[in-house]
Amino acid sequence: MGIDIPKRSYSGAIRTITVGKGEKSFAVGGETAYPFYTFEGEFPNAPRFGLNILDIEPEGWAESLLEVYGDVVKDPAAWAKKCVDDFGADIIQISLQGTDPNDKNLSAEHAVEVVKAVAAAIDVPLSVWGTANIEKDTEVLRAVAEAMDGKRLCIGPVQEANHRQIGAAALAYKHIAVASSPIDINLAKQLNVLLGNLGVTDENILIDPTVGGLGYGLEYSYSVMERARMAALSQQDDRLQFPLYCNLGVEVWKTKESKLPDHENNLGEAKPRGILMEAVTATSLLAAGGDIMIMRHPEAMKLAKQLSKEMLAS
Amino acid sequence: MGLTGIQIFQMLPKTNCKECGIPTCLAFAMNLAAGKAELSACPYVSEEAKQKLAVSSAPPIRAVALGTGDGAFKIGGETVLFRHEKTFFNPTGLAILVSDDEADDAVDGKLKRFTELSYERVGLILKGDAVAVRSVSGDQAKFSALVTKVKEQTQGGIILIADSAEVMAEGVKVCADRKPLVYAATADNADAMIAIAKEHKVPLAVKATDLESLAVLTEKITAAGVEDLVIDSGARDIKTVLHDQIHIREAAIQKKFKPFGFPTIVMPFEMTDDFMMETLYASMSIAKYAGLAVLSDFQGQNLFNLLLERLNIYTDPQRPMKTEQKIYEINNPGPDSPVMTTSNFSLTYFIVSGEIENSRVPCYLAILDTEGLSVLTAWAAGKFVGDVLGEFINKSGIKEKLNKHNLVIPGYAAIIQGDLEEEVGSDWKVHVGPREASNIPAYLKDNFGS
Repeated sequence: MGIDIPKRSYSGAIRTITVGKGEKSFAVGGETAYPFYTFEGEFPNAPRFGLNILDIEPEGWAESLLEVYGDVVKDPAAWAKKCVDDFGADIIQISLQGTDPNDKNLSAEHAVEVVKAVAAAIDVPLSVWGTANIEKDTEVLRAVAEAMDGKRLCIGPVQEANHRQIGAAALAYKHIAVASSPIDINLAKQLNVLLGNLGVTDENILIDPTVGGLGYGLEYSYSVMERARMAALSQQDDRLQFPLYCNLGVEVWKTKESKLPDHENNLGEAKPRGILMEAVTATSLLAAGGDIMIMRHPEAMKLAKQLSKEMLAS
Repeated sequence: MGLTGIQIFQMLPKTNCKECGIPTCLAFAMNLAAGKAELSACPYVSEEAKQKLAVSSAPPIRAVALGTGDGAFKIGGETVLFRHEKTFFNPTGLAILVSDDEADDAVDGKLKRFTELSYERVGLILKGDAVAVRSVSGDQAKFSALVTKVKEQTQGGIILIADSAEVMAEGVKVCADRKPLVYAATADNADAMIAIAKEHKVPLAVKATDLESLAVLTEKITAAGVEDLVIDSGARDIKTVLHDQIHIREAAIQKKFKPFGFPTIVMPFEMTDDFMMETLYASMSIAKYAGLAVLSDFQGQNLFNLLLERLNIYTDPQRPMKTEQKIYEINNPGPDSPVMTTSNFSLTYFIVSGEIENSRVPCYLAILDTEGLSVLTAWAAGKFVGDVLGEFINKSGIKEKLNKHNLVIPGYAAIIQGDLEEEVGSDWKVHVGPREASNIPAYLKDNFGS
């Protein structure tokens, strides 16, 4: 019997953005259908998976994270190298937690020094992430952008309140602005318009929709991302036709459930629980349209990458 | 399918009696058309109208009830493709597999975990839904013994998995009163399985080899008079599973394609031997449309995460999740601990309580009922303001427990500081805390650390 399976026709496509420079640079985006709807469109670039390191030795991290990385967490360059060499990260995100003015308040010079050392240690693209403090990020990320002139880093979070300063630095030194908005499709769009007005071209923008971890607001991010994809692909909203950058590792691994000891509160073994918490978050965000997934546990990354590969298999 | 509000209105008594809770019959009709009301709310509607409306208002995907009593749950009944379009209604049922070739202690462990693994969150109890009992040996007595054990030791739904109708019949006999799902009618055994489902009035799963054969089979079975179906396209690789789930949902909802108008069942346990990957297959199936997912095992590490995802995906996007108004104790507070305050939007509660925990500083956390609004929105709506928050603090009895009276308000609500001081009186010192939850640990350590 004939089955009446609806087929959508899409009117838009996600832009293709090239991240990084040199042999290990990669393209993301380019998809012409909803996430993994390979029966309706093209997916020239599979989602990419990165690991998230810090500029300072982590405090309060879950045991399974510290265990998997070992001593390298004391040295960002060695840490980044291990993420690439041992765990196969496509991209490294260094979060400049040490520069947080509410904490250690390390200088922009410190940030530049660490970023340079990390960049020298790896051949994959690098993303540099601030603390979301408007003033401090402006100072730190501008200095980093300048010092890394022409390397096509991802630089974020670029927020509405500092998009002029950081956007201009990204523009001047040829980096990619990761436009970050607080789980709101209209604000995401607005920020991309503002960046465009500033002169940041469409080849240099990624959207950070702000993601919530599993059990901590995942549903909001999920729907904002789905709606952004629908607007981009079905409603020709060209200000939302950018790949989605999901900074999920930090969100998952700050939850209390990711850190509780074995079997507490019926939560099973701590290590696989944390890994699955991150991998299930990634699975959901992939289903909603994530293109770059920044994670923390190599095992979780491996699982999510495997899933993505299977769903795009020809 | 899909009568308009006006068409429905023509069939109502038009007396505007208000007994349905809505002022006019027209407004009630409009609500019915929008799926926001139940016809049963009208005490005077005619039988004829009931029948017509039942047909027209039947959801494009049938809702199927499984289990009984406390273990009863529904699957299917969905009306949209994307949760933001309205909401998803009946969460993916999660089942744990036991087989008749498994050792007794393995089975006992699984049944124990099925019963014991449950989690409280936002006032809801999250737990697995069903036990799937599979005949591997083909032995009727073995199967019915295992089904009996499951029935005696658990309260949830039961899914019976057997290829042979003879074996299935033995299993159903034992637990028909628990409304088990019979899995599955296939092209080879459909007639016998239909007979079993009819005899015991239990729902029937339909397993095919692809979408085409699935449509043929469900047509045949519905024509034979079995309506409560759960469908399986037979796909066992995640790519095809995902595609089939999408095709089934879209055909049912967008094209009203009847043979696919049923909830689906997926079998992550058959897709891999890797427990972690199995969890991810189940995760993808929760996001994309599965009615039931059968897992090889429940452990805290897989079940908790899948239940959380399910809670997130199936939460009504138009109804904010709320936390109970009360004073929560975090990190074992004592008489010198500060009292933090925030709104009862669940996400706010989770994030704020998590950050307080991270700080390791003992605190009380006073959650004010703001009807699920976040702090800033609640302030704008007059729900997170000095006199309301102050009254809650005054009546809570927290003051008597404390030697030091430090009350901390969210940075975004700094403006209520004066009013709050007035309301709670000069015994309290009201502090303005950080705007962002992520700054709470530093704030607490600096101001209230030991």
